[in-house]
Amino acid sequence: MSALLEVSGISKSFDGFRAINNLSFSIGAAELRAIIGPNGAGKTTFMDIVTGKTRPDEGQVRWGEFSRSLLRLSEAQIAREGIGRKFQRPTVFEDQSVADNLTMALKAPRGPFAVLFWRPGSASDARVAELAAEVGLAGQLLRKAGELSHGQKQWLEIGMLLAQEPRLLLVDEPAAGMTLAEREQTTTLLRRLAGTRAVVVVEHDMEFVRRLNCKVTVLHQGAVLAEGSLDHVSANPDVIEVYLGR
Amino acid sequence: MLIRKYPSVLIFLAVLAVFTLAITLLSQAYGTGAVPTSTVKLLGKTLCLALAALAMDLVWGYAGILSLGHMAFFALGGYMIGMWLMYARTAEIVTATLANAPIPATPDEIRQGIASQIFGVVGSSDLPLTWSFAGSLPIQLLLVLAVPGIFAFLFGWLAFRSRVNGVYLSILTQAMTLALALWLFQNDSGFRGNNGLSGLQNIPGLTDVPQSTLSIWFLWASAAALGLCYVLASWLVSGKFGSVIRAIRDDEARVRFLGYSVEGYKLFVFTLSAMICAIAGALYYPQAGIINPAELAPIASIYLAVWVAIGGRGRLYGAVIGAVFVSLLSSWFTGGKAPDLNLGFYTIHWVDWWQVLLGVAFVLVTLFAPKGLSSIIDAVAGLRAPKRHGADLGPDLGALREREAEA
Amino acid sequence: MRRIFLCLLLIFALPAWAQDLEAVLAANRAQIEKPSRQTIGPVIAEIAASGDGAVAFLEAWGDRRLGLTDDGRFAIIEGDAATDAVTGAPLAGEAKALKPNSGVRGLIAAALVPAQLADPDMGRRRAALDALARDATAEHLPALRAALDDPDPVLAARKQRLERLLTIRFDPEPAARVAAIEGFAGDSGSDVQAVLNPILTTTRFAGPALPEGANVARQLSIGTELTEAAAYRLLVDAGLAAPRLSDAEQKAALSAHLQDGQVGNIPVANLDSPDARDRAYRALAAAGAVRPAASADQVDAALAANIFADLYTEPSPEVTDAARAALNGLVLRERAQQGVDLALDALSLASIYFLAAIGLAITFGVMGVINMAHGEFIMMGAYTGYVVQGFIANRTLSLVVALPMAFLVTALAGVVLYRLVIRHLAKRPLETLLATFGVSIALQQLAKNIFGTQARPLTAPDWLGGSVGFGEIVQISTIRVAIFVLALLFLCLFLFITKRTRLGLNMRAVTQNPGMAASMGINPDRVAMLTFGLGSGIAGIAGVAIGLFAQVTSELGQGYIVQSFMTVVVGGVGNIWGTLAGAALIGGLQKGIEVLNPANTLAAQTWMILFIIIFIQFRPRGIFPTRGRFVEG
Repeated sequence: MSALLEVSGISKSFDGFRAINNLSFSIGAAELRAIIGPNGAGKTTFMDIVTGKTRPDEGQVRWGEFSRSLLRLSEAQIAREGIGRKFQRPTVFEDQSVADNLTMALKAPRGPFAVLFWRPGSASDARVAELAAEVGLAGQLLRKAGELSHGQKQWLEIGMLLAQEPRLLLVDEPAAGMTLAEREQTTTLLRRLAGTRAVVVVEHDMEFVRRLNCKVTVLHQGAVLAEGSLDHVSANPDVIEVYLGR
Repeated sequence: MLIRKYPSVLIFLAVLAVFTLAITLLSQAYGTGAVPTSTVKLLGKTLCLALAALAMDLVWGYAGILSLGHMAFFALGGYMIGMWLMYARTAEIVTATLANAPIPATPDEIRQGIASQIFGVVGSSDLPLTWSFAGSLPIQLLLVLAVPGIFAFLFGWLAFRSRVNGVYLSILTQAMTLALALWLFQNDSGFRGNNGLSGLQNIPGLTDVPQSTLSIWFLWASAAALGLCYVLASWLVSGKFGSVIRAIRDDEARVRFLGYSVEGYKLFVFTLSAMICAIAGALYYPQAGIINPAELAPIASIYLAVWVAIGGRGRLYGAVIGAVFVSLLSSWFTGGKAPDLNLGFYTIHWVDWWQVLLGVAFVLVTLFAPKGLSSIIDAVAGLRAPKRHGADLGPDLGALREREAEA
Repeated sequence: MRRIFLCLLLIFALPAWAQDLEAVLAANRAQIEKPSRQTIGPVIAEIAASGDGAVAFLEAWGDRRLGLTDDGRFAIIEGDAATDAVTGAPLAGEAKALKPNSGVRGLIAAALVPAQLADPDMGRRRAALDALARDATAEHLPALRAALDDPDPVLAARKQRLERLLTIRFDPEPAARVAAIEGFAGDSGSDVQAVLNPILTTTRFAGPALPEGANVARQLSIGTELTEAAAYRLLVDAGLAAPRLSDAEQKAALSAHLQDGQVGNIPVANLDSPDARDRAYRALAAAGAVRPAASADQVDAALAANIFADLYTEPSPEVTDAARAALNGLVLRERAQQGVDLALDALSLASIYFLAAIGLAITFGVMGVINMAHGEFIMMGAYTGYVVQGFIANRTLSLVVALPMAFLVTALAGVVLYRLVIRHLAKRPLETLLATFGVSIALQQLAKNIFGTQARPLTAPDWLGGSVGFGEIVQISTIRVAIFVLALLFLCLFLFITKRTRLGLNMRAVTQNPGMAASMGINPDRVAMLTFGLGSGIAGIAGVAIGLFAQVTSELGQGYIVQSFMTVVVGGVGNIWGTLAGAALIGGLQKGIEVLNPANTLAAQTWMILFIIIFIQFRPRGIFPTRGRFVEG
C-alpha cells in the first residue's frame, strides 16, 4: 500500500529556533495514527506545514497517488486536495447558524461564481441534516453557532470536517473539554473514519491515545523519536527520558 | 428564498417607492411645487450617496475589508460619465458656432474646436488619448463600470495577494485614493486638473427640458439604481456566498482551511462594490453639475465609512439609513438653515459647530452604540444582541463586535 | 612680453602725436554738448588719446560734472567752484552742467578703463576692474595686459584672471584662446561660464550647401532632430521656398472668394472636408484669384534638396571644441553639486517625516492602533507655539518654552484621548481608526473656531532664518538643519527610553506579547497610556518644528498624515529603525522623483504612492518586520 501523505526531511526554524528538524513521516490511505510529544515538540508546526500555513525551509511534502508536492499550494488548494483540519480550540463561524456552517463545509465547487449561483436543494438539505444528526446537533440547525456550548462547537467542527469529505484528517486534541461519554463517542467516530481514510490525531492524553489503539509517533525537538504501538514506544528508554525527565 | 430570508427587502423597496412618488407629486415639474428643484436634486444626490454606502457596507460590513478609498471609484464613475456629458455638450455648442461661419466645418475642425473649448483652461488644445471615446455614450457608459472595475481589480489583486489586511489595507486604500487625486490634479493628466469637469447638469440633446423635470428623472434613476442594487446585494449576502464572505470577515484563516480561496472572494466583493460605487457616482455628478479631484480626497472615503458605521454595518438598510441621515443632516446644518443655539454666554452657530458635533457623535456611536441607527430598527423588530461577555464574533479585525451582532 | 611692452609704449606715446585736448574739444564741440550713443564713440577715443587733462575731463563728463560756461569754454565743476577743463585755471562765471545719457556715460567709463587700471589709488583700480568685468571690449585687452602688475596681490590675481577671460573672448589667435580655455579646466566660476557659453551659440542654417569654412555644430536630420514643419519654416524664412498654406489661411481665402454659394465651382455645403477645400483652393489659384500654395510634393522636394545644420557663430573649430570640453566638465561638477544639494533636501524632508511619524509609529507598534487624530496633534503643537509666542516676545525664549509646552499639551491630549476612547476599543484597531477620525474632524473644526481660518505665523528666531552653504549651489536653510538636529535628538531620546528605562522595557514587553507582559505584573493599560502620551507629545514637538517653516492652519496636520502613515507602513511596525528607514525612503523618493520631473511635485507624490503600493507587495510587513514565531500567519 503506497502512502497517502509522505513527508520527508522537513526542517523549519523561527529566528534560529528549530521547530522542526529533519522530520519524516508517512501515512497510508486508510490508517489511524496518533502523534504525541511534549510541549514544543513541533506538533502544531508539523500540522501547519502539511496544511500550507507555514512553508518549511527544506524538505518535501508529497501527496496522493501521483506524489504531488504540496509545498507550492495555498492553504485553500491543499484543503481542496482533501486535507481537513480540526483546530485545538473549536473554530466555527459564530455569527452563522449551524446549518450555514455545515453548508459552507459541504463538498462542492469552491469558486466565487460557483458559490454565488449555488442554491440549496433537497440533496444538500438532506446531507446537512444527516451530518447534524451524526454529531448530535439535529435539533439545533437554525441556532447560531455562537450560542452553542463548548462541546457542541467541538462537535459542529467535527461535523464540518466530515462535510468536507477529506481523504486525510488532521485532528488537534479532539478530547479537550469533552466529557467522558463524549470522549468515548469521539474515539468510536475516529476509529470508524479511519476505516475509509487517513486520520492523524495529535493528543496529550495518554488514556485517549490508548483507546484509539493505533500506531503512535512520538515527536521530540522537531524530530521523530520513536514510532510503533503505544506499548512499544512507552517501553522505549528515550521516550521515558523525554516524558519523565532525566 | 430571498424574501423569506430578508423581509426587509420588500419593506425597503416599498419605502423607496413611496418616497420617490411623494417627491414627484410635490415637485415643481410634475406636482404641486411644494418641493423646490434644489431639494429634489439634493434628495437625488442623497440616494446616490446611499447607494455608495450600500457598496461600502458590502465590502466592510460583510467582507470585513475597511476600504478607505471607495470614493475614488465613485468619482471615477462620475468622471467617466462627465467626459461624455462635457464632450457632447461642447460638441453641440461648437457645431452651432461653426455653423454660422460661411464655410461648413470639417470634422477635424469640430474636434479641434471641442478640444480647445474643453482644454483651453489648462492651456492645451489637443484632445488627450483618454478622451478618444468621449463622444460615444454607450462606450462611456461601459467605461463607467469598466474603469473603476479594472482599477479596483488590479489594486485588490495586488493588495489581497500579498495578504495585506486590517489597518495596513485601510492605509493603503487611503494612499490609493490620494494618489489618484494627485494624479487628476495635474493639468497634463487629461482631466482638466483642478478645474475638473463642469456643466454636467446640462444633458446633451435635452437642452429644452427644464432642470426641474430633469431633476425628477434623475431622482427616479437614482431610486431605481438604489432599489436594484439593494435587491442584488440582498441576494448576494443571503445565499452561500454571503455565508462565505461573512465567514471571511470573522475568521479568514478558518475559511482557507475549508478550501475557499479567500483572496478570490475578497477580490470579487471589492470589485463588485467598486462598480456599484461607480454607478452611484455616474448618477450623482450629473445632479451635482461639477466634479473635480477634490472629490477623491481621502477624507471623503472616510466619511463614507462613517455613514455606514453610524447607520450600523453588516446590515444593508443600516448603510442606507446612515448615509441618508448624516448627509441630509449635514446639509441642513452646513446650509445655515439650522437655528442658532443661544447659550446666554455663547451663541452656537451650527455652520461652525456641526463638524464638532458630528465628530463627537461619531465617537459616541462607536463607543456606546456600535449598531448605530440600526439599533432603533432592531429594537422595533425585537432583535437582540447575543450574550457573549464582550467577545467578538471572530478573531479577525473586521469581525463583528458582540453588540453589532444579532442573536 | 616684449610685444606687450611695445604696446604699452605705444599707448603712452600716443599723446605725443595726438592733437592736444583743446584742439580736440574745439573740433568736436557740438558733439560733446549733445552727445549721441551712436556717434560719440570716435570723439571719446580722440579725447582719451589727447594727453594731459583728458582723464580728468572724461571723469568729470561721466560724473555729470562737466559744464559749459557762458563764453563757451568747458569747465569742470567741483561743488560750487569750477575750473577750466583744459588749463585748470579757476573760473568765476556760471557753468551750465552737461547731462550725457547713461549710454554715453557707459562709453566714457569704458574709455577711462586703461588709465584707471594703472591708477595709484587702489579703490579706483578695483572699480575699473569691476567695470571691465561687467563690460569689456576688444580694445581693453591690450590695456589690461599692460597694467597686469599690481602691488596688491588680490587685485593682481583678479587682473590675471580677467586677462585670461578677455583672452578667450578677444584674442585674435585661436591657439592663445584655446590655451586660455584649457587653463580654466575645473573652474566652475560663473564668470567662466559667462565667457564660454557665448562661444557655443549656434544659428540654424538651411540651404543647398554648407557655407565655406562654416564651423558646424551638428547636421540636423529631419524627423528626429527637426520636425518637418520647422524645417520647412526655415526654408521659407531663408527665402528658399514658398510658404505653405495654413488651414486657417485657406479657410479665410475660401470665405473671401465665396460667390453665389460656390467657391471655385464647388458648392459651399460640400466644403466640409480637407480634400474638397484643397480642390476649391486649387481652382481659385488656377483662376489666379489666390497665390498658389506649396503642394506636399514641393515641400518634400525642397526639404530633400537642402541641408539643415546648427552652425557656431564662432568660426574657429579648435576654440569651440575646447569650450565644449570645458563646459562639459563644468556640467559634470555642477551635477555632482546638485546631487549633494538634493541629498541634503531629501535628508531634511526625511527628518520632518520622521518627526511627524515617530509618534504614530510608537502607538501603532505598541497597541496596533492607528491614531487618525495624529495630524491634529501636530496642528495642536503648532498652535501651542503660536500662543506661546503671543505671550513671550523674545523669539528664542518663546521657542524654548514652546517646545516643552507643546509636548505637554499634546501628551495630555493624547492621554485623555486614550482614557476616553481608545482604551474602550481594545483589540479593535479598525473601530479605533474610525473613532479617532471623529476626534480628528472635531479637533480640526474646533481649531478653526478658535483661531479662525487664516494662517497664523509662527516666526522663527533670527538665528534660524539664514542658511548654511557649502559652495555656490549647495544651500540649506538653518531651520532645516535645526529640524534635522531635532529629529536626531528624538531618535536618541527614543532609543534611550526604550533601551534604558523601565517604561521602555515594559513597552517592548507589551509590544511583543501583551498577554505575557500582563501576567508578569506589567499593567498593559498603563503602559499603553504612557506610550500614547509619549507618541502624542512628540507629535506636538513636530508641530512646532513644522510650524516654523510652514503656515499654521487648522489643516496643517492633514498635509503630513498620509505621509506619516506610509512612513510607518513602509518602515515596519514597532521598530524605530524601521520608521527611520521609512522616512528616509519616502523623503528620498519624493525628492528623487521631483528631480526627474521638477515642475511637477504632484506627479512626484503620485509616483511615490504607487511605488509604496508596489513595495508593500514585496515587503508586506515593512523594511524591518517584527519577527518571531507568534507573528507568523
